[in-house]
Amino acid sequence: MEKNFLVGKFWNTEHVLDAVKKFQEKDILVYDVYSPFPIHGIEPYLNIRRSRLAIAAFLLGLTGATLAVTCMSLIYGVIWPMNIGGKPALAFPDFVPITFEATVFFACHGMVLTFFIVGQYWPGKKAKLFDDRQTDDVFVVAIDQAKLENEEEAKEVFAQTGAYEITKKTL
Amino acid sequence: MSHVRSPIRQEWVTNTDTYGKITEDVVRPIESKPNAMWLLFTAISGLVMIMCFTLIGWTIYKGIGTWGLNKTVGWGFDITNFVFWVGIGHAGTLISAVLMLFRQEWRNSINRASEAMTIFAVFCAALFPLIHMGRIWLAYFTLPLPNTRGSLWVNFNSPLLWDVFAISTYLTVSLVFWYLGMIPDLATIRDRMARGGRKIAAYIYGALAFGWEGSSRNWSRYEVISLILAGLATPLVLSVHSIVSMDFATAVIPGWHTTIFPPYFVAGAIFSGFGMVQTLMIVTRKVYKLENYITMDHMESIAKIVIATGSLVGLAYTTEFFTAYYSGAFFERYIFINRMFGPYSWAYWIMFTCNVITPQLFWFRSIRRNMVLTFIISIFVNVGMWFERYVIIVTSLHRDYITSSWADYYPTWVEAGIFIGTFGFFMFLFFLFSKYLPVINMFEVKTLMHHIKKPQHVIETEAALAADAARQDS
Repeated sequence: MEKNFLVGKFWNTEHVLDAVKKFQEKDILVYDVYSPFPIHGIEPYLNIRRSRLAIAAFLLGLTGATLAVTCMSLIYGVIWPMNIGGKPALAFPDFVPITFEATVFFACHGMVLTFFIVGQYWPGKKAKLFDDRQTDDVFVVAIDQAKLENEEEAKEVFAQTGAYEITKKTL
Repeated sequence: MSHVRSPIRQEWVTNTDTYGKITEDVVRPIESKPNAMWLLFTAISGLVMIMCFTLIGWTIYKGIGTWGLNKTVGWGFDITNFVFWVGIGHAGTLISAVLMLFRQEWRNSINRASEAMTIFAVFCAALFPLIHMGRIWLAYFTLPLPNTRGSLWVNFNSPLLWDVFAISTYLTVSLVFWYLGMIPDLATIRDRMARGGRKIAAYIYGALAFGWEGSSRNWSRYEVISLILAGLATPLVLSVHSIVSMDFATAVIPGWHTTIFPPYFVAGAIFSGFGMVQTLMIVTRKVYKLENYITMDHMESIAKIVIATGSLVGLAYTTEFFTAYYSGAFFERYIFINRMFGPYSWAYWIMFTCNVITPQLFWFRSIRRNMVLTFIISIFVNVGMWFERYVIIVTSLHRDYITSSWADYYPTWVEAGIFIGTFGFFMFLFFLFSKYLPVINMFEVKTLMHHIKKPQHVIETEAALAADAARQDS
């Protein structure tokens, strides 16, 4: 669904931070900020919660570890115990390396998949851009006009904080 | 950036005052037509790569008998090359993961190329255990699959099997880490190509960029995932070479059966990998004119790691020798004396000189900042680390417990050809990478800039807007 946005463009991260701070003070909801690289410390002004991917990673890692230990114990303890040099077949210390690798394998790949699914990225997805330089050297602050009560006030904040261009865009 | 920064810290980006310049400098080789030098070197490495695969084909067709292995020395060039290439890979992960956890800013501009190096090196490494199987079509026997071969399962107690898991995890995780790190930069290239009207390129890079827009929500999640991936890749990189070392250490071969192997191999791997990083970076920064991003200070930092790990390796050699002497174990002592003064002593001394002595030259600042000397020393490191594996494998095997089974090992032209061929394979992939993908992590380098000037296009837009406003007023 298309939305109408009020867009302010900046060339400097400090100006962007100033702008989002001001918007928060004035209770104006910022839709999102687009930048060529992560702007540290911007999250609280945009009400972005810290991602819970770490929990996903932990659970996936646990799955990997459980799967590895279960498979190895079943195969070696139950299905096909092997006598190699008289050593015990069910030797848990020997299972550590594979368990570790399986943990990392599941955690990494599972987490990256989760990241792609949650963020809705897929190969060939078309990006919706406010400015074709937003991945290069331009910082964009976008405000959803449907949720904006006083447009003039928002424009004033943009002008005060150093936006070099204030436009409208429908995406 | 907004955080406080000590003014005495060195700048990791020099002579650059706009973000756009970074993009321009990094994307230039991708945008421009391939030059004659690039074509020539890619063609040469391509030919060497073809030789590699032809000889591999020959080995598979005729059998392992085309190699110089015998009953006594059952591992020769193949496993030497395997360990050598896996070791090279370790620097990339160290730079991308470990140095990220330590918040080393200098890693930002060299991580992309080093990770690429890791992946290509692991490709080369993975070839060797596969072709060493002889019957490569049975390679799936190494996987724990339910089967009808008398329900024959793999041996979970064997480090060789651990290696299967370690290397495959390492390769896939490195690939994912590398690709994920590249997505924002691919988006940058996509938009730049679209601006320049190059539709096909924009389409291809766009497909690869997964629709990246760079919103703060994306970035926030992206940073979390990068950090966790780094956290997972850090123990992974240590585990991989530890497991490789256990291929040897769990055997009862004198010279192998020692507990020092895991840390010794990991230090050696990082050492050899950084040697290769030096070799590649000195050339890359020069050829693609990236001296502003891979500065002298970067090269110095790499040299410092080389000297640290090189000294660790030297310490390991000495400890190993002392332990053999002090243990009083007859065979262990003999093997070490044989290494130093036996038929392969030339290999031992090449190893020792290249790994322990020449890197010590990096104690001198003038040498660390001299790219010609650094390049030469880095080649020495590469040579030395290859010989380390050769010495460990061949000297331990060729004279074992029974004198009657002593034998010498020398490679045949097929083995030598495959080894040289893997360099062609490695370089071919690296040349393709350096031409079609961003060799420097643009977005991470941009975070290191502290003095930003207003870009030209902004000045122009402002002027145009002001003119518009003036016209409307009048």
